[in-house]
Amino acid sequence: MKDLSLHILDIVQNSIRAKATLIGIEITEHPKENNLIISVLDDGTGMSPEQLQRAIDPFYTSRTTRKVGLGLSLFKQNTEMTGGSFSIESELGKGTKVTAVFGLNHFDRPVMGDLVGTLLILICSPDAPDYVFKHQTPSGEFEFNTRDIKQTLEDVPITHPDVRNFLKEMLQENLEQIQISE
Amino acid sequence: MNKIKSLADLKKLQTEVQSKIKLREKGDHSENLIQIKVSMATCGIASGAKETMTYFIEELDHQGIDAIVTQTGCMGYCYAEPTIELTIPGQQPVVYGFVTKAKAQEIIEKHVKLNEMVDGIIPVNYSSIDN
Repeated sequence: MKDLSLHILDIVQNSIRAKATLIGIEITEHPKENNLIISVLDDGTGMSPEQLQRAIDPFYTSRTTRKVGLGLSLFKQNTEMTGGSFSIESELGKGTKVTAVFGLNHFDRPVMGDLVGTLLILICSPDAPDYVFKHQTPSGEFEFNTRDIKQTLEDVPITHPDVRNFLKEMLQENLEQIQISE
Repeated sequence: MNKIKSLADLKKLQTEVQSKIKLREKGDHSENLIQIKVSMATCGIASGAKETMTYFIEELDHQGIDAIVTQTGCMGYCYAEPTIELTIPGQQPVVYGFVTKAKAQEIIEKHVKLNEMVDGIIPVNYSSIDN
């Protein structure tokens, strides 16, 4: 997985599978502390303590289509390669929070990549859950909530091409203003 | 900070799009539309499923083809990612493997537009005949 945006897309798939109705994605950059924190939290089914203990085991998965579950373990490995840390908190029936801390200026930190493309795929899918996205850098903060967007759109689907193009531009413009570090 | 696009701008767009939608026939029920599901698990994402899905969405829109492009979980064909499942209304779904942008273009041009299956179907039980 070459970009952090692809890791985010991958980790969010776990929340979608856990039937989350609201997913939070938070990215915070702290240049002074030299870290970049990515958190994905959801209100999905959550995990039992036994499942949680095995969640980062690459040979454990709750899927039945295959016998490996590499997403979380690859994400954890990437944080450790940059001197960072990785944690998962989860409770059955309440949801899960995945937090990955990367060394911001570390040579091995993957680039953020196409964050706008990742967000569009997540937001503009039929039957997508709601998302709250927050990106904070020393230059500023950008936050959006798909509930506000859907409320504004009324019966116009969020998947409509014109809406998608609007959201693409909105995300690009706002994220450029707070300068995503690469 | 100068925020360029806002919810007020989205509201204006909503009004325009809503009037366009009302002008169209009410024939857009999902069962009457072409459906493309892109497998979006770790294996798919690492192999380029995001680019494949974005290509399908943008190219179908560009060509004015009404279709539902959505994401799905692992279909179990990790060796052949990116994989997609294509359903033409009234027909059985077909799964394609190794769907790069070039393969996606071929699928749109032949299977979606002409209803001609192309190579790359999995499980491997179909190949086109060279004349």
